[in-house]
Amino acid sequence: MAGLLQTSVLIFKKDFRSELRTRYVINSLIMFVLVTISIIRFAIGDEKIDNEILTGLLWIVIFFSAVSGLSRTFIKEEEKETSYALKLSVVPESIILGKLFFNLIMTLSLNILILILFIAMTDYEIKNFSGFLIAMLIGNLGLVSASTIIAAIISKANSKGTLYPVLSFPILLPLLITVINATKLAAAGVSTEKLSGEIIILVSYTVVVTTASLMLFRYIWED
Amino acid sequence: MKNVEITCDSLSRTFSGRTVFKNLSFKLSSSQSLSVTGKNGSGKSTLVKIIANLIHASSGKISISENGIKIPQAERFEKIGFVSPYMNLYDELTGFENLDFFYKLKLDREEYSEEEVRSVLQKVNLYEKRNELLKNYSSGMRQRLKLAFAVLNKPEVLIMDEPRTNLDKSGIELVYQISKEQIETGILIIATNDEEDKTLCSETLNIEDYK
Repeated sequence: MAGLLQTSVLIFKKDFRSELRTRYVINSLIMFVLVTISIIRFAIGDEKIDNEILTGLLWIVIFFSAVSGLSRTFIKEEEKETSYALKLSVVPESIILGKLFFNLIMTLSLNILILILFIAMTDYEIKNFSGFLIAMLIGNLGLVSASTIIAAIISKANSKGTLYPVLSFPILLPLLITVINATKLAAAGVSTEKLSGEIIILVSYTVVVTTASLMLFRYIWED
Repeated sequence: MKNVEITCDSLSRTFSGRTVFKNLSFKLSSSQSLSVTGKNGSGKSTLVKIIANLIHASSGKISISENGIKIPQAERFEKIGFVSPYMNLYDELTGFENLDFFYKLKLDREEYSEEEVRSVLQKVNLYEKRNELLKNYSSGMRQRLKLAFAVLNKPEVLIMDEPRTNLDKSGIELVYQISKEQIETGILIIATNDEEDKTLCSETLNIEDYK
């Protein structure tokens, strides 16, 4: 039996290849991002919007695009009835790690696009860019980690689409409050050292959720 | 030759208060084969899913041992080959990519041999179509690929649920060939109502007897 990391990479590659061929998630997410940022642009009009409010709007786009995209990874396995073949081939920990890698790459790529479009289409200003990126990166790790395990839980439910935002919101709330605050402060020019409190919370959240995911996934995956 | 044993002890399964079967026990060892029969909805698929560790029994125990050493439940999948109408492979991958992916998942990198994947594809007569996406396969070709998936890693226990689904005459002969080869080296379990399939197996379990 191949090692944990090796098999996780195989699952990541399979999902990536599959996504590149169908472009089901990529296309729908890009459209979602374009539409929501355009709506924000039209709603703002000629008004001068405070940078703090723009940070909130940015995270609304990031949260809902993540919610609509990240759940697909497990739902697809259940809907297409491919989960049994995976169950018969590899340990559950490899599956959750492989899906985590895939969701992380998808979310990071998407967030780069969101950020570029958001800055281009609004007057959003980031004064401490490195601090902003650190908070975004760790925030994304936590977001992906929590969203992936929630996706695994709801893939077993009947009302998959509606359950995901309902279930993910309370679990993601501590992360969202912290990461919104950290990015808001970084955008306002607060130094990276002064963001250390928020960054420690984000790292702790990510470590706890990822460890819990690895420990609990077996029970979710095995009926 | 490895001596593999499956022991099912007082298995029961209920769904929402409805008992599918109860107190079901049997024991099989290498070179033995079992056909699981029963009318539609009687619980044949439920039983084979439980044996393959895809779902859990409500009560009772299953154990698989190899040369007298019990295989931990978490590692049981390594010993099992499985084919069924409700298990699919990936539409977005080609036949070769599908088998190659699952073969690599199950094997150590040092043991990997592309030749092995190619020979299984030849065995199920899909070698010529190996580079076509699975979504372009006919239902019979999909079933052949599932058979290839099931025997890819030479499993000690081969479980086939309605194996002749969508297969033509040569496909059915392939099922028989695979079944005979499996009985020579390990354990075969077939969930079926087909009289010809039943003749392949040395034992029969009628699930209706465990209601």
